[in-house]
Order: sequence, then C-alpha cells, then structure tokens
Amino acid sequence: MDQLSHLNSGTSILEMSYIIASILFILGLKMLSHPLTARRGNTLAAIGMSLAVIATILFHHKDGKPIGNIGLILIAIGIGSIIGWVIAKRVKMTAMPQLVSFFNGMGGAAAALISMMEFQHVSPDLIAKSGMANGHVLAILLGLMIGTISWAGSMIAFGKLDGRIGDMRIKAMKYVNLTILAVLIGFIVYIMTRHVQTSSELTYLIYIMFAIAVIYGVLFVMPIGGADMPVVISLLNSFTGVAAAMGGFLYNNQIMLTGGILVGSAGTILTILMCRAMNRSLLNVIVGVFGGGGKTNVEATGSVKEISISDAAVLLSYSKKVVIVPGYGLAVAQAQHICHELDKLLEEKGVEVKYAIHPVAGRMPGHMNVLLAEADVPYEQLIESDEINPDLPNTDVLVVIGANDVVNPAAEDDPSSPIYGMPIIKAHDAKNIIVMKRGMGKGYAAIENMLFYNDKTRMLFGDAKSTLQNLVNEVKSL
Amino acid sequence: MGNILGFFLLHREAIFIVILSIFLGIEVISHVPAILHTPLMSGANAIHGVVIIGAIIVMGHAETNGSMILGFLAVVLGTLNVVGGFVVTDRMLEMFKKKK
Repeated sequence: MDQLSHLNSGTSILEMSYIIASILFILGLKMLSHPLTARRGNTLAAIGMSLAVIATILFHHKDGKPIGNIGLILIAIGIGSIIGWVIAKRVKMTAMPQLVSFFNGMGGAAAALISMMEFQHVSPDLIAKSGMANGHVLAILLGLMIGTISWAGSMIAFGKLDGRIGDMRIKAMKYVNLTILAVLIGFIVYIMTRHVQTSSELTYLIYIMFAIAVIYGVLFVMPIGGADMPVVISLLNSFTGVAAAMGGFLYNNQIMLTGGILVGSAGTILTILMCRAMNRSLLNVIVGVFGGGGKTNVEATGSVKEISISDAAVLLSYSKKVVIVPGYGLAVAQAQHICHELDKLLEEKGVEVKYAIHPVAGRMPGHMNVLLAEADVPYEQLIESDEINPDLPNTDVLVVIGANDVVNPAAEDDPSSPIYGMPIIKAHDAKNIIVMKRGMGKGYAAIENMLFYNDKTRMLFGDAKSTLQNLVNEVKSL
Repeated sequence: MGNILGFFLLHREAIFIVILSIFLGIEVISHVPAILHTPLMSGANAIHGVVIIGAIIVMGHAETNGSMILGFLAVVLGTLNVVGGFVVTDRMLEMFKKKK
C-alpha cells in the first residue's frame, strides 16, 4: 500500500515535469522566433529537456518497476554530452549546415533503435487479442521506417555538404525511389497481417525492412543537389520529429509526443515555405531530379570582361548606392569579416551599402544572416530579396560575392531552365555589376549563368577573402 | 477496422495532443523572420532529441544484453542530438548581437 502511494506520487511528479517541459518547449520555440529573445528561448528549451530527462530517470515506472541500469544510463548520457559538446563547440561556421544534419541523423538513429528493440517486446497478450494489426505495432514500424530514412538521409546530406559525396543524377531515379517506398509500405502491411504468437518470430523482417529503409534514405538524398539541400535538411528534421513522436505513442509519453509533433509540423511548414521560395512543390523536390538533369545549358554567348582591383575600388568609392549579394562562396572563404570592413569603409565615404539576402543563398535558410551576424553586420543592412529588387535599378554597383544561382536571370527568362520560376535577386537590373568568383565554374545547380556575360558585368576572379582584402587596401589608399 | 477504432479510443488523448501540437507548430513558425530560420531549424533539431526519453526507458527496463547494448547506443546518439543541437544553436545565436 505504502509502495503504491509512493509510486503514484512519483508518477504525478513525472507527469507534472512533462507538462512543464512541454510548456518550456513551446515557449522556447516561440522565443526562438524573435531576434531579441532567441537565445533565451533556446536555453529554455534546453532546460525543459533536462527536466524531462531527469524526471524520467527518477520517476518513470513500467509495470511497477522503476528505471534500472541508472549508472550505465548516466555513462551513456555523459559520453553523448561530451562528444556533442565538443563537436558543436569546435566546428567552423561554414560547417554549421552539415552539423545540424549530422545531429539530426543521430536523433533518427536513436528513434530507429528504439523501434527495433520494442518490436521484440510487443506484449503477447496484445497479439493474442488483436493480432499484429494494432496501433502499437504500426507506431513501431513507422518509427523504424521514418527514423532510419532520416538517419541515412541525414548522413548523405552531411557527406554532400561536407564535400565528401558527389551528386548522383540518374533520370530513372524517381521511379526507383517510388518503388522502394512502395516496398517499405508493403513490408508494413505484410508484417501487420501475419498471424503469430510473438512478434519476435518476425524479427528477421524488421532487419530486412531496416536495410531497405537505409537504401531508401541514401537514394532519396543522393540525386538532390544544389539549391535543394536546405529543403532536404529541413524535411529530414521534421521526419525525425515524427519518428520521435512515434515513440510517444509507444510509451504513452506526452513529452515525446509534444516535442516530436511540434518539430514535425514546424519543420514541415518551414520546408514548404522554402519550397515556395523556389517556386517548386514539395513532391517535386522529393521525387524530382533537380539541377543539371535538364537539357538546358544554353550556350553562353558574349564574352566575360574582367575588372582590375583598382578600377573596382574607384567604381565602388564613387557610387551612391552599393548592394552586396553574398553567397556560399563568401562562407567558404570565411570572408564575412573583411566584407564588413569593406562596407564600413565605403559607408565612411558616404556610400550607402546594403546586403541583399536571398532566402536560400548558402546551404541553409538564413545561412547568410548567421554568417553576417557573426561579422557584426547590423540587421538593418540586411534586406530580403523581395524588398530590395525594386530598388536595384537605382543601384550604382551590385557586388556578387560567391553567389551564383540566386542571381541567375535564367530563372526569369529561360522556361527550359531547371530553376525557371525561382524568385531571384534581380542583379541584372543594377547599373553596374561586379562578380567575385573563384573561376568560371558553374554554381551548385550546375547551370550556366548569363549574368556573367552581361555587358554591365565585370568579373573579379580569385578567392573572395583575398580579393576583398585587396579591395579594402585599394579603397583605403584612394 | 475494429483494431483501428480501438486504438483511437485507447489513444484519444495522444491524438488530441498530436492535432493541437500540429497547429501549434505551424502557428509558432509562421511568425519567424527569415533571419532566424537557421537557428530555429537547429533549435527544433535539438528538441526532437526528446527521443532520448524513449531510449532511457528502453535501457532502464532492458533485460537482455542485446537490448542493453542497443539501448546504450540509442541513449548516446539521443544525447548527441540534444546536447549538440542546443549548443550549436546557442553558438549561432551568440552571434546575433544587439543592434547598434
């Protein structure tokens, strides 16, 4: 009797902690959406998570038994914390996108492992009563499938962003992928319609299903390149959320449910917003083979004209309005600080300098914002593409630094281009255009960019950082 | 069919939570300026690390060595997701200094 009352009070504390943690998650996400409160929001969510973890270890009971193996659990948490902390602290700003993808994959893998183990422990009573076709089994199988896809896909996205894995573009890919997806769903149906005494009789099927899900995750991300990578990361992020929520169903655990679904729905909306920014449907991103697959590649006409550093310095110094369009090249060269130095110098000379930020410039949504914030560029100088476009015809010089696809006029005037319809920064409207680029290579989407052949365009070849450094020195000496 | 209805009845509270959370997630993100998309994605990424709770439950009730090892692995990976996610988000946001 005494034990029972103890158990109940423990469960009450546990459930109360979960409610508080849920509130902290929601507040955290809410605060993350305002620049001034964002950092506190993140901390709140972290506190919520710690609370949920501690309460689970102390007060969770299953069939009257408390959590065991606490020592080992703490060791596992310790190992994960140290590795996670060190990686997160040491990584460079440019590697941030792949890092998010990596951590996302870890979550997916954890969800898949949980499903694998729980499958063998489906209660025989439940099977005797309602066969394998019950919600519990469905939650396990979906958790396994989604978690595994998220893990495998995230690892591929990580490898691609890190430059370890190239693109694989095969036309028939989408049919292959759809077939594999159908096979996976077939497996779920097959397993759920088996008549068995215990679920462990079907364990081998779980391993086969896991292997197929890995293949699907890999093939799903392999052909997706270029401008779509942010979409993929965001999508996989919401996948992991859903996989975590499946665990919430399994354990009737409200915090897993709330946290997982919150991320699942927020991630999905973010993904859709990003697709909309590129004028493509989500389905098109998922099954479509993007970039370089089309027959496009219009032959470049006209010639590329270069400009010397000193001429560029003069042009910039005597302009009224300058707009800088940063891209992934700026991030790779770690040139954000020197870029800010240039804009401060120009502002001292009375030039109005703005940054035009394309929503998908870089490898993640908002990548450029983070990068420029690191260099202390004030918010007011960062203008989104829709807002700055009407102003570009009055802009004296537009400087493109390591961006390509987001300023490609083909998105407006070449219906055969894979990026046709994608909103761009209308760089070609500016009076003069300076393009800083390492060479004449194509952008990540592998499409020819006619902007470089425009009569108003002058090229500055070289690494963005050293070019900017030279430019700063030149402007100073004027 | 009866099983599905039974599942619905058994988990009606969970289903309520799911539906409300979906709307909440949409509502929360729809007010986010593009400038915060990356940190928000990263923060959300850390929150789905809540899967670690499931991993702890599995490990806490593991009876065989096999599920012990897999559970251990799941807890490590889940922690990586949580700690790495929150720390990296904090690092990103640290750079958003106050307006001048």
